[in-house]
Amino acid sequence: MVMEIKLDKVTADYQLGPMRTPRVLDAVDINLKPGTFTAVVGHTGAGKSSLLKVLNGLLLPNNGQVMVGDTVIKQDDNKKALKAIRKRVGMVFQFPEAQLFAETVEKDICFGPLNFGVSLSKAKEIARVAIKQVGLDESLLSKSPFSLSGGQKRRVAIAGVLAMEPDILVLDEPGAGLDPTGKKEILSLISSWNRTKQLTTVLVTHDMDDVARFADDVAVMEKGQVVSHDTVRNTFSNQDQLDKWHIDLPSARRFQLKLEQTTGLILAATCLTEEELADALIKVGLV
Amino acid sequence: MNKLILGRYLPGDSWLHDLDPRAKLVAGVYFILILFIANNWQTYALLWLFTLLVMKLSNIPYRVYIRGVRPLIWLILFTVFLQILFTAGGTIYIDWGIITISEFGLINGVYIFFRFVMIVFISTVVTLTTKPIDLTDGINALLRPLKKFKVPVDEWSLMLSISLRFIPNLLDETQKVMDAQRARGSEFGEGSLVKQMKTLVPIFLPLFVSSLNRAEELANGMEVRGYQASGTRSTFRQLKWKFQDTICLMAMIGLTIALVILRTSGVAFH
Repeated sequence: MVMEIKLDKVTADYQLGPMRTPRVLDAVDINLKPGTFTAVVGHTGAGKSSLLKVLNGLLLPNNGQVMVGDTVIKQDDNKKALKAIRKRVGMVFQFPEAQLFAETVEKDICFGPLNFGVSLSKAKEIARVAIKQVGLDESLLSKSPFSLSGGQKRRVAIAGVLAMEPDILVLDEPGAGLDPTGKKEILSLISSWNRTKQLTTVLVTHDMDDVARFADDVAVMEKGQVVSHDTVRNTFSNQDQLDKWHIDLPSARRFQLKLEQTTGLILAATCLTEEELADALIKVGLV
Repeated sequence: MNKLILGRYLPGDSWLHDLDPRAKLVAGVYFILILFIANNWQTYALLWLFTLLVMKLSNIPYRVYIRGVRPLIWLILFTVFLQILFTAGGTIYIDWGIITISEFGLINGVYIFFRFVMIVFISTVVTLTTKPIDLTDGINALLRPLKKFKVPVDEWSLMLSISLRFIPNLLDETQKVMDAQRARGSEFGEGSLVKQMKTLVPIFLPLFVSSLNRAEELANGMEVRGYQASGTRSTFRQLKWKFQDTICLMAMIGLTIALVILRTSGVAFH
């Protein structure tokens, strides 16, 4: 099932000791169409992670409302309603391997489904599917998650979220701390789930190359607000705005600008990925 | 998790924040000791006045302190309850066999309640206005004389400062792991006791694992930078005794004298 996410003037803050933090989200309006792959970018402390938490009911808005499909998340939601939302919104935290706890990989992956009332035999079945979806071998299911390598742990943790069979997948820097190959593989997997399962995907990232390669839309956050929400191409075409937000260009685009500046050649298109850049270079006869 | 007040530091620039941690520690412990001098309403009133004044001096709103007492309220009430039941003397109001409630019992209960609350308030003042690291330095400085008796004071204070240093990390991490398990449908504080205990495993296990990992990393980090337990150390933060610290201790002496006078001149209950 595909789901739309709608935030309407959402304001939120945290209780921190005796004090309240300043607004981590300040009147956020954003509308994520079903099946889209949206990247959320912005500086540390801009409210990216809080935005994800709001989608999952882990952070409740003080003001405004969050609509996930036809469910509304409000300040005074009861636990049942929140649980229903968490079933539909799968959340992969930053360094999700920190949430592994069970004796075996299988048990850990089954944890989510079992909490949502799936029978044990069905959960085990789901675990077998999920581990293959993250590109790992079924034989790992009987191993201890703590005996795996860092990249494998990350995948197991993501499998644990996929096993909940969510309609929306929300990820906070799933590639952080992995080697470039491992990172690329994970993001490719995410992108393929987005395409094949029509899984609405929200990805927080700092890597503009990932944004250019995988996302449809970009939401730029600054000081708790979504200051821009547009297609990847439109966002990266607006150089002045990007400078103002201190947001980098994808490396292919940076290369293109530098090349155009030094050689005086102008490439036909705005190149955001390496492939586009290669095509454009071939076209002008540089390679 | 974030609502815990006791043991937390709140940055500020009040007169109390500025005091030397040694003075604050000595005064805090001393205050708790002289609480036991109080035996009538005059002395308790004086102590209350003093406590409220100290709290005012910290520039931290009273509600913060009241929130600090809240988690302990059941423990306090339980003690008060026992005190009421097992103190005899004066008029007896209720007499049901082994359960008797007497005049002295009630008065004692009220005193115990106030004593407890004041202890919590004053210790909260000390921790709220002192950086954990200063607190450790203060303790280290105060325990220094014990080194003559081969007490490993430096190691203790290192252990203390490391544990204090990582409390915020641990709280942070607990919050994160709880969020992550909640996102996977775990519910805390619901269902039977056994069920609730079971939901704790997915939180504690990851925390244990990461704490052990971190301990090892920290130990390695210290070792490669040449840390030796036996070395003599100089300190980056120097404690400086100021005039206001002397005032603080003088105030404690003044309070003691006033208490002793009120104790002997006032009407005692026993």
